[in-house]
Amino acid sequence: MAWWEVLVQQTINGLTRGAVFALIALGYTMVYGIIELINFAHGDVFMLGLFVSLAWFTLLGATQTLTGWQLVTVLPLVFLLTMLTTAVLNVAIDRAAYRPLRRSTRLAPLITAIGVSFMLENVALLWKGPAPIAYPDVFPSVDILREWFGVDSAIFVTTKDLLVVGATIPLMLALHYFVSRTTWGKAMRATAQDRETAEAMGINVERTILMTFFIGGALAGAAGLIQGMYYNIGQWWMGYQAGLRAFTAAVLGGIGNMAGAALGGFFIGFLSAWSDQYISARWTNAIVFAILILVLVFRPHGLMGERTPEKV
Amino acid sequence: MLELTDVHTYYGNIRALRGISLSVAPGEIVTLIGANGAGKTTTLRTILGTARARHGTVRFNGHQLDTLTTDRIVRLGIAQSPEGRRIFPRMTVLENLELGAFARPDRAAIAPDLDRVFTLFPRLSERSAQTGGTLSGGEQQMLAIGRALMARPALLLLDEPSMGLSPILVDTIFRIIQDINRQGTTILLVEQNARMALRVAHRGYVMQTGRIVLHDAAAALLRSDLVRKTYLGEK
Repeated sequence: MAWWEVLVQQTINGLTRGAVFALIALGYTMVYGIIELINFAHGDVFMLGLFVSLAWFTLLGATQTLTGWQLVTVLPLVFLLTMLTTAVLNVAIDRAAYRPLRRSTRLAPLITAIGVSFMLENVALLWKGPAPIAYPDVFPSVDILREWFGVDSAIFVTTKDLLVVGATIPLMLALHYFVSRTTWGKAMRATAQDRETAEAMGINVERTILMTFFIGGALAGAAGLIQGMYYNIGQWWMGYQAGLRAFTAAVLGGIGNMAGAALGGFFIGFLSAWSDQYISARWTNAIVFAILILVLVFRPHGLMGERTPEKV
Repeated sequence: MLELTDVHTYYGNIRALRGISLSVAPGEIVTLIGANGAGKTTTLRTILGTARARHGTVRFNGHQLDTLTTDRIVRLGIAQSPEGRRIFPRMTVLENLELGAFARPDRAAIAPDLDRVFTLFPRLSERSAQTGGTLSGGEQQMLAIGRALMARPALLLLDEPSMGLSPILVDTIFRIIQDINRQGTTILLVEQNARMALRVAHRGYVMQTGRIVLHDAAAALLRSDLVRKTYLGEK
C-alpha cells in the first residue's frame, strides 16, 4: 500500500469508529447537561446494546447474512427493538439508582454510577460468559470499490462502512431536529441551562430527565448494534473502554454540548485509528487519555469553547 | 385568590420565613417591600414551590399549593419573572418566550399573546432571533417579564423588576406593570425600590427578617414613619 492509501484507509476506519464513539458520547453529554452526572454506566449500556441486539436477531431467527427484503425489514426492526430495550434499561437505571439521590451531593450519584457499571458488566458476564462471543455476520459485506466500481485499489471500503455512516448520520440529524425544534426538545435544553427556571415555566423536570435517559439509552443501543454488525465480536468489558473513549470525546467537545460530543466522537475515532497505525495500538489509550487530561487542564470547557451555564 | 397562612420556610437550618401571612385579591397589585435578606424572594419561591414551607399553608383559588410540584402550580395560572431575570442564555428571545407558554393548554391563543408581548416590548421583537445571553440587562428584564406574560397567568409574580435598570427604564417597566394589571392580571410585586412599588401598588406588606411587620394600603404605607425612615431614606 502506498502511504496515502494507508492514510485514507485509516481515516475511513477512524470514521466508522468515531461514529460509534459519537453515539455513545451524545448520551454522556446529554445526561451530564441535564443532571450534571458523569454516567459511568453509559458505556456498559452500549455493551448490553450489542448483546441485546444479538438476542433480538436470534429471537427473529435472523442469524445468517440478511439479504433482500429481510435486510429492509428485519434490520430496521432490530434497530428499533434494540434501541427501545436499552432506552428502557437506561430509564430504569436512572429510576432505581440515580433518582433517589437527586437531592444529595454530586459525588453520591457519581459513585453509584460506577457501581451500576460493575453491575451491568457482571450481568453480561453471567449472561454470556467471560470469553469473546461471535456476533453473526448479519449485514452483507461487499467490497465497494472492486465489486461496484471495478477499481482495483488497496483501499478497502465495504457496505458495512456505509451502514455505519448511513445509520449514524440520520440518528444525529433526528436528535438535532428533536432538540432544536420540538417543544420537548426545547424543554430539555431549558432544563439543562437552568433547572429551577425551567420548573417555573411549568416544565416537569423529572419527565425531561426521563426523556434524556431514554434518548441516551436508545443511541447507546444503536451504537452497540452497529458495533456488533461491524466487528462481529462482543465481550462483557468492551463497554468500559468504549465508554472511557466516548467520555473523552464528550469532554473534548465541552461536556453538555451535543454538537461538541458528536464532533469529539469522530475526532477520537480518527485519532485512535491513526495512532493504531502510525504509533502503536498499545499507545492509543495512553494518547487518548493524555488528551483527556490536557483538555481538562487547559480547556475544561472543551475545544468548542462554550461555557456551561453558571449556577446561581 | 392567593392566601399564605403562617408560612415558615427554612434553608437547611436557617429560618428564612418566620410565619408569613398575606393575601392577594383578584385584580390587585400587591407589593412586598423590605431590605435585602428580609425573605421577599423566599416568599415568592415558597408560593411557586421551588422552596418548601415547613409549616403553614399556601392556597391559590382553592388549591393547596404546598402539596403540589412546581410545574403543577404553574399550570394553575401562576407565572414568575424571577430575581436576576434567569433568561435561558443559549436560547433565542423567541424560544425563551415560547417556553413561557410551555404549560398552556390553549396552544392556539399563544400567537396573539406573542404579538401582545412584542407590542409591550418592541425591543424584543427586534431581537427575537438573538440568544438571551447577548441581551443587555434591561432587555433581559423585558424578556423575563414577557416570558412570564406568555403563560397568560392569573397571578404574576415579579421579583425585583427594576433591579439594575436605568431610571428611565425603571419608569417604563413600572408603567408596563400597571398596563398589565389593567388588562386583568393580578400582580404580586417584590421590590427594593419601595417608592416606585408603593406608587403603583394597591396594598403593600413590609418585611423584616422573615416576618411581616407592617401591612396597609400602599398610599398609607407611603406616609408611615417606618416606611419613610427605613425604606424611603427620609428623616
